[in-house]
Amino acid sequence: MNFRRILLIATPYAWLVALFLVPFLIVFKISLSHYAISIPPYSPVFDISAGWEGFKTFLSKLDFDNYRFLSGDDLYWKAYLSSLQIAAISTIITLVVAYPIAYGMAQANDEWRPTLMMLVILPFWTSFLIRVYSWIGILSNEGFLNQILLGLGVIDTPLAIMNTNTAVYIGIVYTYLPFMVLPIYATLEKMDGSLIEAAEDLGCTRISAFWLVTLPLSKPGVIAGCFLVFIPALGEFVIPSLLGGSQTLMIGKVLWEEFFSNRDWPVASAVAVILLVLLIIPIILFQRNEQKQREANQ
Amino acid sequence: MAQPASRPVFAPWNDPAAKPLIQFKSVTKKFGEFVAIDDVTIDIFAQEFFALLGPSGCGKTTLMRMLAGFERPTKGQILLDGKDLADVPPNRRETNMMFQSYALFPHLSVWENIAFGLKRSPMPKGEIGPRVEQMLKLVRLDKFARRKPHQISGGQRQRVALARSLAKAPKLLLLDEPLGALDKKLRQDTQFELMDIQEKTGTTFLIVTHDQEEAMTVASRVAVMDHGKMIQIDTPDRIYEMPNSVYVADFIGDVNIIKGNAKPTGEGRFAISWAEGQPDIAAASGAGIAAGTPVHFAIRPEKIAISADKPADRANAVKGRIEDIAYLGNISTYKVELANGAMIKAQVANDRRLARRTFSWDDMVWLSFTDTAGVILMK
Amino acid sequence: MNRRFSWFNATSLTLGFAFLYLPMLILITYSFNESKLVTVWAGFSTKWYGELIHNEAFLDAAVVTLKVAVMSSTFATLLGTMAAYVLIRGGRFYGRTLFSGMIYAPLVMPDVITGLSLLLLFISIGLDRGIGTIVLAHTTFSMCYVSVVVSSRLATFDQSLEEAALDLGCTPFDAFRSVTLPIIAPAVISGWLLAFTLSLDDLVIASFAAGPSATTLPMKIFSSVRLGVSPEINALSTIMISIVTVGVITASLISKRSIVKQRAEEQKAVRN
Ligand SMILES: Nc1ncnc2c1ncn2[C@@H]1O[C@H](COP(=O)(O)OP(=O)(O)OP(=O)(O)O)[C@@H](O)[C@H]1O
Ligand SMILES: [Mg+2]
Repeated sequence: MNFRRILLIATPYAWLVALFLVPFLIVFKISLSHYAISIPPYSPVFDISAGWEGFKTFLSKLDFDNYRFLSGDDLYWKAYLSSLQIAAISTIITLVVAYPIAYGMAQANDEWRPTLMMLVILPFWTSFLIRVYSWIGILSNEGFLNQILLGLGVIDTPLAIMNTNTAVYIGIVYTYLPFMVLPIYATLEKMDGSLIEAAEDLGCTRISAFWLVTLPLSKPGVIAGCFLVFIPALGEFVIPSLLGGSQTLMIGKVLWEEFFSNRDWPVASAVAVILLVLLIIPIILFQRNEQKQREANQ
Repeated sequence: MAQPASRPVFAPWNDPAAKPLIQFKSVTKKFGEFVAIDDVTIDIFAQEFFALLGPSGCGKTTLMRMLAGFERPTKGQILLDGKDLADVPPNRRETNMMFQSYALFPHLSVWENIAFGLKRSPMPKGEIGPRVEQMLKLVRLDKFARRKPHQISGGQRQRVALARSLAKAPKLLLLDEPLGALDKKLRQDTQFELMDIQEKTGTTFLIVTHDQEEAMTVASRVAVMDHGKMIQIDTPDRIYEMPNSVYVADFIGDVNIIKGNAKPTGEGRFAISWAEGQPDIAAASGAGIAAGTPVHFAIRPEKIAISADKPADRANAVKGRIEDIAYLGNISTYKVELANGAMIKAQVANDRRLARRTFSWDDMVWLSFTDTAGVILMK
Repeated sequence: MNRRFSWFNATSLTLGFAFLYLPMLILITYSFNESKLVTVWAGFSTKWYGELIHNEAFLDAAVVTLKVAVMSSTFATLLGTMAAYVLIRGGRFYGRTLFSGMIYAPLVMPDVITGLSLLLLFISIGLDRGIGTIVLAHTTFSMCYVSVVVSSRLATFDQSLEEAALDLGCTPFDAFRSVTLPIIAPAVISGWLLAFTLSLDDLVIASFAAGPSATTLPMKIFSSVRLGVSPEINALSTIMISIVTVGVITASLISKRSIVKQRAEEQKAVRN
């Protein structure tokens, strides 16, 4: 080990420890502390100058009260459950919307595909916030959609979509669509076309060939896409706070409000720790899936 | 390699006064517990074309990488010109390596690839250009100087890699299966080209190959390796004619191996009894072998003659039935089964047209060979 | 995939892309609306662009955002490339698993958690919040994206190229500079662009890390659109969308042209 190598490893390592790992430990620690009307608004504050004794009293003052509080208050339960529900439902809707697009792209001829690909990626480079915002003008009571529908005489009172969970679903599906389309397209694109021909040769109709061959073979892409939508949707903050209403409960929004509005840092930290625990299972499943894919490709 | 008789024989390994360029002194290399190179000692002399031959995984690449400086010996010393290489990093070694994958820099042109090493040497700027041109001429790529590696053919790429490693005129050039990716015809052309270049530049070549024919064609000496050990180091003709073990005899070319017991019959002459009802094999050997020693008798198929009648003038003759004939164009191989079930291969040059050939399946024939045609091997 | 482009495919593509692009087209259209009432069309006008340009607060926020994006993406590219090199070429070292875990975890971490944890860190070490802390925060999560992009390039990179460079007399650093870097440069550049975009785009982490003294453009946009649609924001969005569109199209044309050029050269090479 020479000096250069140590420097090369230590620089990014130290950076991540200082700005990723340590902050987490702090969150965890504060989640075990108490709310206090002071600055910072929690106690105990660890006092290094008090030495080992100070550390012991510090430890003895930590407890799981915040977690007890979270499990006692059904606001949090509901927020977690409704986050899971909203993330799951929007993932399914995204899948249903994305699959035909990915399928159509894979069937398009070679000249078109790079352009189609670019059209799917382009929204990803534009601001997320703006893409969410663009739906406010469409979904609100005097919005574009209601005006069209009213103008056409389809409805006579404006639909109240804005500030409901429906608007949140629309927002998630819209913003995360590329994450679903791309992995599915990738698996469909490299599929061997003669498989479909073989299936048809063996007596399948086009539709049953799709169900029996295409769909099962695109499963890895579907799974990857679902995780790529579900995981970030679970902790989403911007969409529920712009498109959702006061009754839309999502855990990211709850955390934000605990922190910025109630200034209850210990509870906000406890909410964060539980959100993380919720995320660990899908993240591990996702990693497994990716690992399997990599091995299958080798 | 037939050499004109007038030329002085190049054999510094027989000259006790000659100083080797490269010395491996009991070099061992372990990867964890696995022993990749096992106590290897070799001397390689300046201007040699030294070939490493051996089955896959026997440690040829590892040996080279230690010379180039990418691996460190676990034990032992490697000397270049008498100096220990242990603490010399790869970039300070007077060796250059031609990689099996060529490792041409894809972002640089052919010209820049060849100049790459020169720019990092003490060579004055003004001399780099002419040197690159000279190298390009040598490998006949002058027209392709501005191309990128992906714009030339596989054979041309291989020659760029060669030119690049030659450009710095290293004391030692390491070639790791340089011709592995080429088709047979191109490979043979390049082999001669390599020998030509070696003669012109006087560089010492160490070449790794899987292809024994290649080793025989190009090398001044061949080292046969197995499981990290050196089994035999010798000139190609001696490796072929006088293998020191069954392993080497079997590894290089086709061979019949017969197990038996030797008993001395005279000055350097032995009789090998090897099967009930078969005559003893008369063979010669310089080694002293005690009576009753178990030995292997190895004989190349092309040293065995095949005839309808028993030849009178040959020391050994056995009778058998033709089991199989393999027609290979210039030669045919006959598999002959003897009365005791032993299978002997004999090779005959096809100097006549097919229709005129005399032997066919199931014919009874005589196989014969002289007493110096084969060798007696102890292991 | 056999290409049998049917009416079904055409319809699904049309509807799909309409869904992706109509909201933005509507937004762009309304940015040229004369009326303050966003939903009523009152004639073409560019007056909102005029007002936007004279809105000091937005301009300041834009400057802050650009500063943060340039700095954080540059640091992130440096650190991320180092991290990728360590992951792929670093061999074994103590705590390697933790290291690769810390590279991948931020990619799936919800912004609220990342933001909260960084804020708590800044407060507990008494760091004054402002542009500096946003840069620190953005560098941290962007470097992970950069490192994923660069390491996937490095993983397919033949190590014997580096060995060849050493063999020809390069020092390890020289080998990295003159062989490795030029070859992975496209990945490093895309990593930088990705980090830049992520930084421009980020609302949540910046809100936690910023404190009262610095406001980024997304924060400004967020606080104005919470109250509903505003024509100035429409104008701003239009400008941002146009910049990105022009950028992406140019980039793809350039890469397409270089592919075409490369093919032509290859063909020329074959013919000779
Ligand atoms: N870095 C390494 N770590 C562990 N084992 C290694 C390493 N490099 C080589 N080996 C092992 O050492 C042995 C010799 O490898 P080496 O590459 O020298 O073989 P080789 O003779 O060049 O084979 P081939 O003809 O197939 O190229 C092999 O069994 C290989 O698995
Ligand atoms: Mg090898």
